[in-house]
Amino acid sequence: MKRFGDFTAVGGIDVEVQRGEAFGFLGPNGAGKSSTMRMIACVSPRTGGELRVLGMDPDLHGPQIRARIGVVPQGDILDTELTVRQNLQVYGRYFGFSRSYVQAKATELLEFAQLTEKADVNVESLSGGMKRRLTIARSLVNDPELLLLDEPTTGLDPQARHLLWERLFRLKQRGATQIITTHYMDEAQQLCDRLVVMDNGTIVAGGTPTELISRYATREVLELRFPQAQPGEPALVHAGSSAGPSAVAGPQTSDNPPLERLTDLADRIEVLPDRLLLYTADGEAALTAAHNRGVRPMTSLVRRSTLEDVFLRLTGRSLVD
Amino acid sequence: MPDSTTNAPATNSAAGTAHSAPARGDTPRVVSPPRAYLLVVEGHWTWYKRNWKATLVSSVGMPILYLLAMGLGFGSQVHASAATGGVSYLVYLAPALLATSALQGAAGEATFPVLSGFKWQKNFIGIAATPITPAQIVGGQLLWMAFRLLFSGAIFLAVAAAIGAVTGFGVVLSLLFGVLSGLAFGAPVVAFSASVQGEGNAFNPLFRFVVVPMSLFAGTFFPVSQLPAIVRPIAWITPVWHGTELARGAAFGTLQFWPTLGHLAYLLAWIAIGTGLCRRQFRVRLAS
Ligand SMILES: Nc1ncnc2c1ncn2[C@@H]1O[C@H](COP(=O)(O)OP(=O)(O)OP(=O)(O)O)[C@@H](O)[C@H]1O
Ligand SMILES: [Mg+2]
Repeated sequence: MKRFGDFTAVGGIDVEVQRGEAFGFLGPNGAGKSSTMRMIACVSPRTGGELRVLGMDPDLHGPQIRARIGVVPQGDILDTELTVRQNLQVYGRYFGFSRSYVQAKATELLEFAQLTEKADVNVESLSGGMKRRLTIARSLVNDPELLLLDEPTTGLDPQARHLLWERLFRLKQRGATQIITTHYMDEAQQLCDRLVVMDNGTIVAGGTPTELISRYATREVLELRFPQAQPGEPALVHAGSSAGPSAVAGPQTSDNPPLERLTDLADRIEVLPDRLLLYTADGEAALTAAHNRGVRPMTSLVRRSTLEDVFLRLTGRSLVD
Repeated sequence: MPDSTTNAPATNSAAGTAHSAPARGDTPRVVSPPRAYLLVVEGHWTWYKRNWKATLVSSVGMPILYLLAMGLGFGSQVHASAATGGVSYLVYLAPALLATSALQGAAGEATFPVLSGFKWQKNFIGIAATPITPAQIVGGQLLWMAFRLLFSGAIFLAVAAAIGAVTGFGVVLSLLFGVLSGLAFGAPVVAFSASVQGEGNAFNPLFRFVVVPMSLFAGTFFPVSQLPAIVRPIAWITPVWHGTELARGAAFGTLQFWPTLGHLAYLLAWIAIGTGLCRRQFRVRLAS
């Protein structure tokens, strides 16, 4: 539980992460993911509830816990006026390491982050993605048993992202527990054994990625794209604001012709301004049936359901604030 | 200052390889508080090694200009008298300027760099993620401030000696008293800076209405006894006045036991209270 004044940023979350597990927190902006991470990182004390990290209470053993965890905060916090290598070394020293050890460790981490060539330039002159890589490398300076990654790959190019996934996978194999937040659903699917979706400071769903998909989405999704209605013409699809997020096709009116003819083809239909999403076990079959009923979309696409569908269903499509 | 060899080539030729055999110093641990202070100082020192030249002008240049303009220039118009303790104005001024430049140096170190540690550079936030506690960051920060003041003061003394403003070894003690009075002012200001939320505009009135008047009226350039009686107490409560009294006493060998003890106790009290306030502010701000 975390309150800022009267505002409750993290209300009731109840999770337990096993040693060696990769655990994800998903949720829209402001859901309380970073607040939760900062409590686990023992920098922001909780204002209520129970918390144990590596079996210890952060209020009593903050330094001991911090010695054994690695933290990648959402924003890069680097000494911009020091060199890349100095950043690693100075940081490592705070963990009680000897000078010679941090020297060797810095060399290893530079390699890891592929920043060896930049070792002696000021951090100021690094690109955004390079800074991110340095932040991640720095969090590993103490070979942490628990790694907290708050949106680790935001700002990374695809190569760096895939490289990091691979590195994180290897760290996991070596037994490091990982807690990850991300806005990339493919990343969550890749990295997390188990995850929870947060909204407004509470958990709205949890499970393995596959469990969540089977519980909150169908196996496949059929996407039908229609031309945008021209001014003056009756719209093919009415998606007015009244439909709102994750609108399930309800009782249809006659000026909604395609929708009316499709309702029974899917478990759930979502209406977007330019598209219809049909959640169904068999996308191809639904597409054929739609064709037979005279629905003529501009384009159609059958795809597997993803975590993204689950996420949007659980937290809504619109920006809530 | 701690010897930091972060850039020296690896003598054990470990370059390129990762884990060598487990040895002392390769498991993360919580260091003792004094060690933690020194590590925070080491972090500053790593920066300072690369940037000290740029900081020299502001930290030593100004006090030396004061010494030249006031001590040599203006001082040529002042006769040695009872008011100057029987010495030339230049010699009268030099030890007190140690305290005043420590005040100004401390004010500089305690304001924007501290706010930056939370807001722009964010180095405090970075350290707070390690086993180092907020209270230890404070300890390191104040210790670093002391080193900086000591260093600037030593250079000032060397220049003062070169132009004949120093008459004996007592000024070394003056230097220490100057640093102490700088800290007595700096510690509470660090606490204040840690509570500043904006872009640091709050520092302008601090400099204008506190630091500058203190520098001019608290006994550096003329005795406080020359002030109107009603404003004298204001001078007496400033740390810098106690600093100038001590610094002059040490330089001219006129220290007396009880007044010295009183001045020292007063400065140490400010340091203690300031440190306490800093610890609280740092803890609160780093947790938010
Ligand atoms: N220091 C603070 N003081 C007051 N409110 C805060 C503070 N930090 C966060 N909040 C509020 O707490 C809520 C949760 O913020 P948090 O940063 O945890 O969200 P998040 O899930 O990480 O979002 P994002 O995806 O944008 O990173 C937000 O409404 C935010 O405004
Ligand atoms: Mg966040």
